[in-house]
Amino acid sequence: MSAETMEKTSYKVPIGPIHPALKEPVMFEFELDGERIQNADVYLGHVHRTIEWTGMRRNPIQILYLAERICGICSYCHPMSFALAVERIAGIEVPDRAEYLRVVHAELERICSHTLWAGVAAHEIGFDSVLFLTWQVREKALDLTEYLTGNRVTKAITMIGGVRRDITKEMVPKIEETVTFLKNHFEKLKKIFLDDKTFQMRSQGCGILSKKEALQLCAVGPTTRASGVKKDVRIDQPYFAFGELDFDYVTPDILTDEINGDVYDRIIVRLLEVKQSIDLIEQCVEQLTGMPEGDIVAEPKIAKLLNQLKKIEGEGIGRMEAPRGEVIHYVKMNKKEHPYSWKVRAPTYSNILPWIPMLKGEQIADIPIVAASTDPCMSCTNRVGIIKNGNKAILSNEELHRLSVEKTRRLMQ
Amino acid sequence: MKFSMIPQVISQMVKKPFTNAFPSKYIPPSVTDFLKDVENGKATMIPPIKTPENFRGKIKYDTEKCIGCKLCIKVCPSGTIEFKPEDKKVRFYMSRCTFCSQCNDVCPVNCISMSDEFLMANTDKYAEELIVE
Repeated sequence: MSAETMEKTSYKVPIGPIHPALKEPVMFEFELDGERIQNADVYLGHVHRTIEWTGMRRNPIQILYLAERICGICSYCHPMSFALAVERIAGIEVPDRAEYLRVVHAELERICSHTLWAGVAAHEIGFDSVLFLTWQVREKALDLTEYLTGNRVTKAITMIGGVRRDITKEMVPKIEETVTFLKNHFEKLKKIFLDDKTFQMRSQGCGILSKKEALQLCAVGPTTRASGVKKDVRIDQPYFAFGELDFDYVTPDILTDEINGDVYDRIIVRLLEVKQSIDLIEQCVEQLTGMPEGDIVAEPKIAKLLNQLKKIEGEGIGRMEAPRGEVIHYVKMNKKEHPYSWKVRAPTYSNILPWIPMLKGEQIADIPIVAASTDPCMSCTNRVGIIKNGNKAILSNEELHRLSVEKTRRLMQ
Repeated sequence: MKFSMIPQVISQMVKKPFTNAFPSKYIPPSVTDFLKDVENGKATMIPPIKTPENFRGKIKYDTEKCIGCKLCIKVCPSGTIEFKPEDKKVRFYMSRCTFCSQCNDVCPVNCISMSDEFLMANTDKYAEELIVE
């Protein structure tokens, strides 16, 4: 074979669905030219858990605990957005005090999630001593969660029309103590993550998502804010007590005066959001201590609430800014004990497509940190998996579209 | 600073570990022997970290008070509770429980409460200590 006829060919490397480097099942197919990634493709659908189907056979109170198990880290925002959707259908007014309590728990979850992510990001680039340091900080936040809700991870704090546990005056000193600890350690973490050369070398100019691509691909949460898109449900469409609190969009230019949309910027956004969450918790606790103790739930008698929910009809959407981005729950009730339909859209769903522009042109060794930089949560995202008579079927685009149109028609009836 | 983690790592070396202490100072050669020694008073165990107030642990059930209204069965998200029609009482299978305390909240006569017991690992899901009735 002469040199003229030889063409430079790329080769394909599949990674996953089960792979030691992946924490959750997802499959990538990379087209490589040497070390460079020319093209990337993502295959999903390996962890379908039929949560929505199960939910359609349970009453709204039971669904709260089922929704909590969609994701271990977002175990507050999933049931809460479901509750928001049901409250909208039933027209339940949430007491003022509960609105502030809801903010405290939401922000505490954001601190836990972002510090967890920061640790994982450090681990992905092989900087394990930072992993342990960040998780030490996270441990304190988890201790506070356990103190306030009774459990570290699955908090079981949500109730339709409010929350289940109050923050009393005796609890305030412990919150203040933790907040001070977090504040002190935040500065330390910020210095390590943003000034350390190891992080800068691995994250600056790596996994770039431009503002245009972020808008086109509908990225959500810190991923899109790191590209300079000012999108945050807490500010755009305030829920809970967020409308009365003082905070603003977090974009990386607050700190560096420039937006690159790389992994480094995503680290900046998440770190600054931890600071913002600490600040929001302080604001809420101040409000709560100044407020007379009152109702924390609209209808304390659960049997009565269940009866009320049995009679409602209509559809509602609950939107929340989860740590990873916007989460949407759609619920339709039709005067039955169980919802007629329940649909969950987890934030990772919107953050998967941005992987492709981010990964193009990067090296193989950058895959873990770039993929981790959107904080993916596969198990929350997987929604479709069809197995009939033991055969797994892959639906074509047209087929899916037809099914989707049929479902819309069915719901419209 | 170029490598700002280095001073942190050095200071960490002399600090006390952040994690909770292991039940004994060193890992004993045999855990069962160690536990027997503790029972006989020959060895002492480092006590576990206390659970916080309002912790949700193993369910406590007051059979006398229960009126058999089945509300707890209706709200239980995991099907932990079984109704016994012969005496109109309930039975809890703790291996299924998610510790949400919803049955405790809904009970009209307060016959259910949550204890602070959390060490319930068992290979048999129908073990006697995992069934509350």
